[in-house]
Amino acid sequence: MNVIETTGLGKAYGKSWALRDCKLDIPEGHLAALVGPNGAGKSTLMNMIAGLAVPTEGTVTVLGGYPAGSPRALDSIAFVAQDAPVYQNLSVSDMIHLTRNLNRRFDSDYATARANELAIPLRRKAGKLSRGQQSQVALTLALARKPRLLILDEPLAALDPLARQDFMATVMTAMADNGVSVLLSSHAISDLERFADYLVILSHGALAAAAETDDLLADHRVLTGPADEADRLAQTLTVVQDKRAAAQAHLLVRTADPGDPVPPGWEAHPVTVEELVLAYLRAHRKTPSAERSMVPR
Amino acid sequence: MTIDKRDSDGSGSPIEFRLDPGSGVPTYLQLVQQVEHALRLGYLKPGDQLPKVRDVVADLAINPNTVLKAYKELEHKGLAAGRPGQGTFVQATLRQVALPELAELRRPLLTWLVTAEKAGLDEDGIVALFTNVLRDFYNRRETRAPETPRSETPARETPRNEIPRSGKEGVA
Repeated sequence: MNVIETTGLGKAYGKSWALRDCKLDIPEGHLAALVGPNGAGKSTLMNMIAGLAVPTEGTVTVLGGYPAGSPRALDSIAFVAQDAPVYQNLSVSDMIHLTRNLNRRFDSDYATARANELAIPLRRKAGKLSRGQQSQVALTLALARKPRLLILDEPLAALDPLARQDFMATVMTAMADNGVSVLLSSHAISDLERFADYLVILSHGALAAAAETDDLLADHRVLTGPADEADRLAQTLTVVQDKRAAAQAHLLVRTADPGDPVPPGWEAHPVTVEELVLAYLRAHRKTPSAERSMVPR
Repeated sequence: MTIDKRDSDGSGSPIEFRLDPGSGVPTYLQLVQQVEHALRLGYLKPGDQLPKVRDVVADLAINPNTVLKAYKELEHKGLAAGRPGQGTFVQATLRQVALPELAELRRPLLTWLVTAEKAGLDEDGIVALFTNVLRDFYNRRETRAPETPRSETPARETPRNEIPRSGKEGVA
């Protein structure tokens, strides 16, 4: 089952397109990371998936075919907006009470137990909690709804390293316990290797790549060899990034088959998630039209 | 924050994973290697339980699918087996080569090292050459026989072009 499916999805604000021609099929059970520079269309895409924004063109369905924004979809999706907003003047227990009354399905016991586990005082007003605790409260309220898809918009941006670790541990534990699928946008690309087993790379309102992280890594490699052969080689391969000096060239290429032979005289190196994401974002910035062809499938 | 006191509760596994973010080794592979290492050093024995997926996830804040992938890989290698509802358990131990055989294997290697040094390679050069040949050897075997990764075929192809022909071989 695909937890998120979009076809030809686009959203325009006035005359400018925030996102266009977006085709996604994300299977359930993953933590998919949505990466891209500011203004790439990440929040636009998330809002449409959550049913908070209406597409200008194309379609988006969730959890095996329910239109985004439909009652069934809303019931099974939890969305935590950027900076994990909480009611500053309500106590934690008041917020648990309020959220329970606003939702058809809500596990108060889970929320209370989780707050205790995290040593968050139930009577304290949310405004008096630390940033890390506030984000944990917002996440706990979202998870207590027992969603099948959890959407997190930049959840890590305002958190210190320890709070990030704790936050992600809560998310991952929910994945392990309940099988919730997660879509998360983040700038912290160096952390992605640990968190994300699916990557969606957006750049300038278009999809640059989307696939399972392991598949993306297996399909890409850096070829290092003599610069004077690079042009000839580049013609036969899909080059994502091309770095050259007088004598030496590094080509980050996509191969159809991980078992493809390395050209004689060249060395192949595996790529890291960070390297790969940066390469796609750079490539896309330079030649947006040529890169369209690189969207897998 | 409370002080970490995870290890003393007696539940579950004799080992605990740690991650080296700077190593460049994929996370699932780090887990696989740590289990293999623990098997070689005797921290883990057949019948021991590997850390529960949920515990690893909560402890390291890594994707549960990564842990599952590591455990699947260990099952594929025949080192571990899943028991429904209980977890994953060590099934086999990594075969250690006995000491006399090790000594037997050391001798030609030492002879080769002397030759390599005479040819002008320093320590880094020797490590680079050895790593390179080793990788080639296993890559070639993998592409030839992907179905039998565990069979121990003897090294038939010696990297002859790498060894300079000198009249008398050094004796270690």
